Amino acid sequence: MAYILKGETGDWEVVIGLEVHAQVVSNAKLFSGAPTTFGAEPNSQVSFIDAGMPGMLPVINEHCVAQAVKTGLGLKAKINKCSVFARKNYFYADLPQGYQISQYDQPIVGEGAIVLDMPDGSTRAIGVERLHLEQDAGKSIHDMHPQKTFIDLNRAGVGLMEIVSKPDLRSPEEAGLYLKKLRSILRYLGTCDGNMEEGSMRCDANVSVRPVGSNELRTRCEIKNVNSVRFVMMAIEHEARRHIEVYDAGGTINQETRLYDANRDETRSMRSKEMAHDYRYFPDPDLLPLVLDDAFIAKLKSELPELPDDKKNRFVKDYGLTAYDADVLVSERENAQFFETVAKGRDAKIAANWVISNLFGVLNKQGKAIAESPVSADDLGALLDLLADNTLSSRMAKEVFEIMVDTGKAPGAIVEERGMKQVTDTGAIEAAVDKIMAENPDKVAEIRAGKDKLIGWFTGQAMKATQGKANPAMLAELLKKKLAP
Amino acid sequence: MTLTSLTIAEARDQLRAKKISAVELTEAHLAEMTKQKALNAFVTETPDIARARAKEADAALAKGDAPALTGIPLGIKDLFCTEGVLTTASSHILDGFKPRYESTVTAKLKAAGSVMLGKLNLDEFAMGSSTTTSYYGPTINPWKAKGSGADLVPGGSSGGSAAAVAGGLAMGATGTDTGGSIRQPAAFAGIVGVKPTYGRCSRWGVVAFASSLDQPGPMTRTVRDSAIMLQAMCGHDPKDSTSSKLAVPDFEKALSRGVKGLKIGIPKEYRPDGLNAEVAALWDQGIAWLKDAGATPVDVSLPHTKYALPTYYIVAPAEASSNLARYDGVRFGLRVAGQSLDEMYSKTRAAGFGPEVRRRILIGTYVLSAGYYDAYYLKAQKVRALIARDFEQAFTQCDALLTPTAPTPAFAIGAKFDDPVAMYLNDVFTVPASLAGIPGSSVPAGLTSTGLPLGLQVLTKRWDEETMFAVSQTLEDAAAFKRLV
Repeated sequence: MAYILKGETGDWEVVIGLEVHAQVVSNAKLFSGAPTTFGAEPNSQVSFIDAGMPGMLPVINEHCVAQAVKTGLGLKAKINKCSVFARKNYFYADLPQGYQISQYDQPIVGEGAIVLDMPDGSTRAIGVERLHLEQDAGKSIHDMHPQKTFIDLNRAGVGLMEIVSKPDLRSPEEAGLYLKKLRSILRYLGTCDGNMEEGSMRCDANVSVRPVGSNELRTRCEIKNVNSVRFVMMAIEHEARRHIEVYDAGGTINQETRLYDANRDETRSMRSKEMAHDYRYFPDPDLLPLVLDDAFIAKLKSELPELPDDKKNRFVKDYGLTAYDADVLVSERENAQFFETVAKGRDAKIAANWVISNLFGVLNKQGKAIAESPVSADDLGALLDLLADNTLSSRMAKEVFEIMVDTGKAPGAIVEERGMKQVTDTGAIEAAVDKIMAENPDKVAEIRAGKDKLIGWFTGQAMKATQGKANPAMLAELLKKKLAP
Repeated sequence: MTLTSLTIAEARDQLRAKKISAVELTEAHLAEMTKQKALNAFVTETPDIARARAKEADAALAKGDAPALTGIPLGIKDLFCTEGVLTTASSHILDGFKPRYESTVTAKLKAAGSVMLGKLNLDEFAMGSSTTTSYYGPTINPWKAKGSGADLVPGGSSGGSAAAVAGGLAMGATGTDTGGSIRQPAAFAGIVGVKPTYGRCSRWGVVAFASSLDQPGPMTRTVRDSAIMLQAMCGHDPKDSTSSKLAVPDFEKALSRGVKGLKIGIPKEYRPDGLNAEVAALWDQGIAWLKDAGATPVDVSLPHTKYALPTYYIVAPAEASSNLARYDGVRFGLRVAGQSLDEMYSKTRAAGFGPEVRRRILIGTYVLSAGYYDAYYLKAQKVRALIARDFEQAFTQCDALLTPTAPTPAFAIGAKFDDPVAMYLNDVFTVPASLAGIPGSSVPAGLTSTGLPLGLQVLTKRWDEETMFAVSQTLEDAAAFKRLV
């Protein structure tokens, strides 16, 4: 479904490109060897290099390079065997060197793609323009003193991957799906933890609008540093509507950088094009061009894990899952792994259903990740086995599952303890049915005379008599036979 | 023969033979520093450190466990960061800056047993050819023209180093050469100066001027002393990405190679119309000396020489404008308070940088700015590549090049100061080699009619300092230059 915004003068389409800053998973910073632990004491993770002391020189962290290449491979992108670090010059108190080491016209990764899984089961490929490595800046803290600004340089010099999409996204929903998919790929690769709250993944959105049917690219505005998927979606929608209002009123949009205020759901101008910095990019003379050899790239390629798209396709093909279920299961690598453990040697569809409907339901309610699940994959598998061999009815299985969630006990033990074994002995069920029939001849007569609805009453009585343990299928079969006219 | 007129090689032998002690050698130099304080060679004297190290040197000598420079008193250009010792780059902006780290080169010299006498004056941030742009006042050349008491410049930027070594205040000194800052002052002060191949000595801990050009090197009274000192200074440093991993040859051993069979290139572009007649005559004399020693002079051409100075004055200021951004008053050095961050920046930098540094920051900022980058910086990089290629082609026809070091002898303090371009012309013969990254030396070879020293420059291909030392030694032997001390 195309996302179309109605304006006074006609229908509008939104054109969106995203720039994502993803913090590289690494124990050390991009050029200094200082540690990168989140939440450490202010200015405790700062080397002389990060502090921009005179005479200090950057040395590239090879692990960060490998992480960027891995990410490029995961985005099915072109890996540039020669890339160049450039200085982006500007003055700010939390930028100690007076420049940020980044990559400009020769990034480490070129064009790639991210496949969006649309809710209707279809897919849509969004182009990735480039990925480059750069340093993060420090943090300015303005609210600790009425006149002064405090500076924390812990983050200064931490490695970031800037991943730039092509302007291929057409709705806030697509932008959200893009971010979730990118996050999922990064987490699979282990190259970024994707934690937007801690700021290890940040997003700038470039937004413009155009009349439906037009191919023009109108003036865009960049919304900086939005820190959740939901806010990105809200910011885009707000910004698009603002553009339409301006155009409808006969005005023009100025190219500028804007900030999104989630409390008021609005964007505000941060700086106009005229006020934009001239960053005076030039190749950093302290660093040689970054040259990668084929063996280095080949090794990283050989170590790549199965990525969400491939896993999803495999789940659909090998397990016969729906695209939707497969999507849900593969979004997090750990979830997919959990599912596969449960599904191994069992009915995969039933396994998927239990994992998605029951387990994820519980985890969502408790706000827990799969790693903290009160029910292990093996235990859930064992429960499905009890269901499959008719030890438990599905109603009983749900009951056992709830006990498993509460107690963390294995299903076998719960069944044992509580004597919850389903009665599958035909004789025992038959005896119970016979007794009920003998005690209620009037009802037997009625049902035989055609009052079919009474079958429910007999089922209830039989279940009651067996403390709910009678195998429902066997009971139904028996009642049908015995109460036949 | 006094203790302050010994060469490093002589002192080394006498220390080992216990004819002299490191303590008395150091005391003699400290006394000379006091006596010749008027030269203003030192920004900071470190007699306590010197005496302590001299004692350690004597202890090491007594144990017979004494590395190459044990007990040798050296001066350190105040561009090298020295742990716990004021490091100024001769700029007000580094007011009170005492690094908590030691540059790789000075750490190596310390490990080699040398005795640090103090920090030597230079042009502010090494920008200049006269050591008159220092915040700490000009250094005076110990040489005087015949029949004149006028104070002359020692050249620059390593003018403090040149004056100290020429005047017998230090046995040797570190210099740094960006466009001639070792070779030109060596020529002005009648001493030997060596700029090794770019990448031979680590730049780590050296306050950066122009990163792609800066290179530390020794300044001494003899060629042998430079070989000894360079040996201790150079070698691969993993902390400098541009530092070479090549094995370092035995420089002192190369001194006795002679020049028999070598082809000495004489570049015609270094003999422009109107070249100082005495400089030209000395050059011819140098050619004759090498010929007498068995070398063959060959005419070569370095066709892009005339573009070297303009290229240098784009590349070096561009890098400097970025390198000097870190002097912002936020973390160290001078801070002049302002009402806003921007005002603090402007006030601090206006008060902290002298006019020449400001001029170069402005030039550098201009040539990197949007719309001018291609016409200036990018063009300059292309010309730089052509200049490097000139040398590569010349070295297919010869083993070394012989040229004058500077177009004139030392000039009076106060001359050329109102015309920056006239000042820049001092580096016309030294800048091309800097742009090409090749090694070069200046050897004192004769006096003008007014009794001022002139130097000859020896250039060789990258990493061939051995041939440079062999040719330099031959020139020194033939010239029998009469030193001040």
